Amino acid sequence: MLRVTESGLYCDAGDFFIDPWRPVARAIVTHAHSDHLTWGCGSYLVAERGVGVSRERLGQWQDRVEGIPFGESRTINGVRVSLHPAGHILGSAQIRLERNGEVWVASGDYKTDPDPTCDAWEPVRCNTFITESTFGLPIYRWPAPRAVFADVNTWWRENVAAGRVSLLFGYGLGKAQRLLAGLDPSIGPILLHGAVERMTTLYRQAGIDLPPTEYATAARGASTGAMIVAPPSADGSVWARKFGAHSTAFASGWMLVRGARRRRSVDRGFTLSDHVDWPQLLSAISATGAERVLVTHGFTGPVVRWLRDHGLQADALATRYEGERDDAGDTPSEVASDGLTPASEETT
Amino acid sequence: MKAFAELYDAIDRTTATQGKVAAVVAYFRDAPPEDAAWAVSFLVGRRPKRLIRSADLRMWAAEAADVPDWLFEESYAQAGDLAETISLLVPESDDEAAESSLAYWVEHQLLPLGQMEPQQQRAALLGIWRTLRGSARFVFNKLITGAFRMGVSDGLLVRALAQVSGVEADAISHRLMGQWEPSAAWYARLVHPDTDDADWSRPYPFYLAYPLEQDAESLGEAHEWQVEWKWDGIRAQLVRRRGKTLLWSRGEELLAGRFPEVEQTAEFLPDGTVIDGELVAWRDGAPLPFSELQRRINRKTIGKKLLADVPCAMLAYDLLELGGVDMRSRSMQERRDALDAVVRALPVGGTMHMSPVITIDTWDAVHAARAGSREKRAEGLMLKRRVSPYGVGRRVGDWYKWKVTPLTVDAVLVYAQSGHGRRAGLYTDYTFAVWDGDALVPFAKAYSGLTDAEIREVDRYVRNNTLEKFGPVRTVTPGLVFELAFEGIQESTRHKSGIAVRFPRISRWRTDKLPRDADSLATIKAMLRAERAPA
Repeated sequence: MLRVTESGLYCDAGDFFIDPWRPVARAIVTHAHSDHLTWGCGSYLVAERGVGVSRERLGQWQDRVEGIPFGESRTINGVRVSLHPAGHILGSAQIRLERNGEVWVASGDYKTDPDPTCDAWEPVRCNTFITESTFGLPIYRWPAPRAVFADVNTWWRENVAAGRVSLLFGYGLGKAQRLLAGLDPSIGPILLHGAVERMTTLYRQAGIDLPPTEYATAARGASTGAMIVAPPSADGSVWARKFGAHSTAFASGWMLVRGARRRRSVDRGFTLSDHVDWPQLLSAISATGAERVLVTHGFTGPVVRWLRDHGLQADALATRYEGERDDAGDTPSEVASDGLTPASEETT
Repeated sequence: MKAFAELYDAIDRTTATQGKVAAVVAYFRDAPPEDAAWAVSFLVGRRPKRLIRSADLRMWAAEAADVPDWLFEESYAQAGDLAETISLLVPESDDEAAESSLAYWVEHQLLPLGQMEPQQQRAALLGIWRTLRGSARFVFNKLITGAFRMGVSDGLLVRALAQVSGVEADAISHRLMGQWEPSAAWYARLVHPDTDDADWSRPYPFYLAYPLEQDAESLGEAHEWQVEWKWDGIRAQLVRRRGKTLLWSRGEELLAGRFPEVEQTAEFLPDGTVIDGELVAWRDGAPLPFSELQRRINRKTIGKKLLADVPCAMLAYDLLELGGVDMRSRSMQERRDALDAVVRALPVGGTMHMSPVITIDTWDAVHAARAGSREKRAEGLMLKRRVSPYGVGRRVGDWYKWKVTPLTVDAVLVYAQSGHGRRAGLYTDYTFAVWDGDALVPFAKAYSGLTDAEIREVDRYVRNNTLEKFGPVRTVTPGLVFELAFEGIQESTRHKSGIAVRFPRISRWRTDKLPRDADSLATIKAMLRAERAPA
């Protein structure tokens, strides 16, 4: 029902694309990260919960965004389309397609760990399941998020005691808000980098409960004890140096591996991901009941082989999604400043 | 054991020297002497030899983790570290072992593994993995794979121990040289306030030169400096005391029996003499290439044929002790003169020669001499301030090494392999090729020289331009050209290209060049002929 074309995942019967990486007439989009939401399409269909962040990301094309509530279906050229929570970030969706009794689900990026800042992933029964594989190796097994947040807050307290500002890096859209929700505001003031602030406002408008925050200015940051949440690209920047004595940390699934932590050269690495780990990936696949699995971005080779060895029909699907990158990037400010989404960069 | 694992974590977590010193001081302040002894031993980089065969270890770890071997290998390629892969894959259980002291744990759990039959090893390992958690388990895995390393320099350890014990750093440094076995009694001697105990067999800490990065002219007047060749051999100290000769490498390893011809000559030295110099392969008054010396290095016993094929000598350049008196605080000039007298007194035809001082009086002459280094089979020059004492460790200011500009070749990236350690999961280990007619022939591997940002860019290129995968290795579409620098070229029958290069590294990314602009094998062979030209 879906195939990979030059422009993205295409549904011939319905004549629409899912998460295209080039401008197309009609796009259905799983979530607002820049490798899934490309600029300049004729129309965008997204989950109602994600309309705000998608519009913010699309700028001049924001009027072309249309929202649809989770679970509500609509028929496009004979294909029945509905969106279901993916648990990745606010408004992230799995896209279910049904035609002549056959069901496909394209899941975009997803996680099954608890996250108070977005609707929880739910299994959608299907014949063919398209899954990411960003962390598709058995070394990736997430610690309980509650334990990770306890570590983050302990680190913050230690910094307060040592008279240092805490600089915590995570993607501006999604990770940053999830971090905010896990911070203990009784420890000190929470300040936000501009890129994080805009998205956080949209989260609050969508009814997500987050602790009070302020805009991070140098004057405010100099007061010791502050926790500053910023996108990864701010690490080592002139902006970061303005805050004086500080300790840095990066929150990402990649931080589970020591080599990646050392390469990042922050003071602390917290293992917190908005993607499924290995056991979650396997149980998610099994919960869909799919007999066929198409594996995209990440460790496609090992995941395909594992699934085949366990009696499923599995193939790799070559897309251009990036999953969770371990370098800077995917922040609204960067996308806005260079005027290109990573997807369009690659096609030039 | 827990305290030691915590020390490992604390060191691993911080990049600041102050933080590391504080962590090491805190550990030794509380550690009982038998644990402290083992900790020192690990911190200076001693580690048990690989206790378990790598193939067995992988097999048992995959079994304990309940993953197939291929998936274990995929995971290893991503994590880039065997010990960590095992730590991440083998599930932790609830029955954590009772805490035991580091010494008990090393002597009763770790070291006995090396004596066991494979099946016993397997049972013991599965048991230990079940009961160790977190960083303790990681440290254990690092130790059994023989890859344990803590991010602490000897200098930092010495500083911390001096701080804890109140004993002068130089004395601690001295006591750490030479042969010792970690024990409570040994640790007590290491931090004993009476510093008059220096074991007669011990060498002095080596004084190391800094690479010269500024203009030579900025060092002052040329005549203030003693200029020597920088030999491409093994730095060594020859200790002659109590009628015995001890030859120490810079890695504080005793080279007993490896250089019998040098030890023979040393018998003529008076007691209480310590000479710092370079061991080189030497014939007819000139050094042989380093590759010749290599034939001697890794042999414990040296046969007659090898002795005849690769005769060795020591090029003396400093005198640290004379008549039992420590000479290190004297000036370079004074030590050199004394050394000259000592070497001159040796019988003719021996294997101890003065490393010549190059007579120059202007910086122009120094530049000229450096340009001629390769013909002398030297790596460049050493600049030593004539008034300088013999220091400890590496200090800026008095001794500089000034290598010759390396040979360079433009080569094409053809294979990439994912790296280890902090480069885990990134394609960082590269193989480069040059043209031989219409074909690209791989000729060198290089791992260093790119910035982190460049590495990420190359990594992305590799992922997007993979032609084939062989395990962890990918062949890529030839597209990227790099300038490789190296120190020398040798003919080699082991390499397909017929040549082997020494110390290859990436000097820059030639984004301005296409693969067809890369150099050819013929160019490199021409360099080889130039290298071989008689001095």
